[in-house]
Amino acid sequence: MADLHIPDALLVKNYVEGNESALGTLIKRHESKIYGFIYSKIADRDISNDIFQDTFIKVIKTLKSNSYNEEGKFLPWVMRISHNLIVDHFRKTKKMPMYRETEEFSIFSIMSDDSLTIEGKMIVDQVEIDLKKLIEELPDDQKEVLVMRMYQDMSFKEISELTDVSINTALGRMRYALMNLRKIIDKHQIILTN
Amino acid sequence: MAKIYSKKALASKDLKPKKEVVSFLLSYSQALTIVKIEDKSFEIIAN
Repeated sequence: MADLHIPDALLVKNYVEGNESALGTLIKRHESKIYGFIYSKIADRDISNDIFQDTFIKVIKTLKSNSYNEEGKFLPWVMRISHNLIVDHFRKTKKMPMYRETEEFSIFSIMSDDSLTIEGKMIVDQVEIDLKKLIEELPDDQKEVLVMRMYQDMSFKEISELTDVSINTALGRMRYALMNLRKIIDKHQIILTN
Repeated sequence: MAKIYSKKALASKDLKPKKEVVSFLLSYSQALTIVKIEDKSFEIIAN
């Protein structure tokens, strides 16, 4: 019973110096706290025993190799070791979530394929062809600006330099090009969506 | 009576590891010697 009055730090020191019974005292003193902590997370007696054992194997190895420094307290240090082992345990046993197809739940409600279907691709291609035809209908100066801006990705500054007009004129031509395109689309009731 | 909605705490003060586990740890500790040579450490387990 005299052991109860010996502080942890002294027991650790005695153990490091070769007093094996000091380890027994330390385990007895803290076993329910440490095991209870592990069991509160794991909820399985056998696994908790394994983690408790692994925790103290680490403790023993650290103390025997003189790697322990008495900066913190013994119990929080052991708890930290067991906490890390609990985390490792959950990492190892982490399973991929499994979904099973039932009548109420379709697996395709959580799985989707964002790529276009064959029909979708055909519609996109058709829209592209129609749009090019419409652009051909525009007056040359407007068509030139629109093609340079939209298909060749040029800035209005570059367009104005190439076509030898001011930036404002290039902007105006673009504006008229878009307005005329909209007019043609409305007039012929063309649907350009996929 | 008021209902308790919180989960039942799993930790109990009576929980203890198996005697075999503690006994193994004490035997393991007695058998283990760690020898450090330069920056390497060697674990020796006596039978």
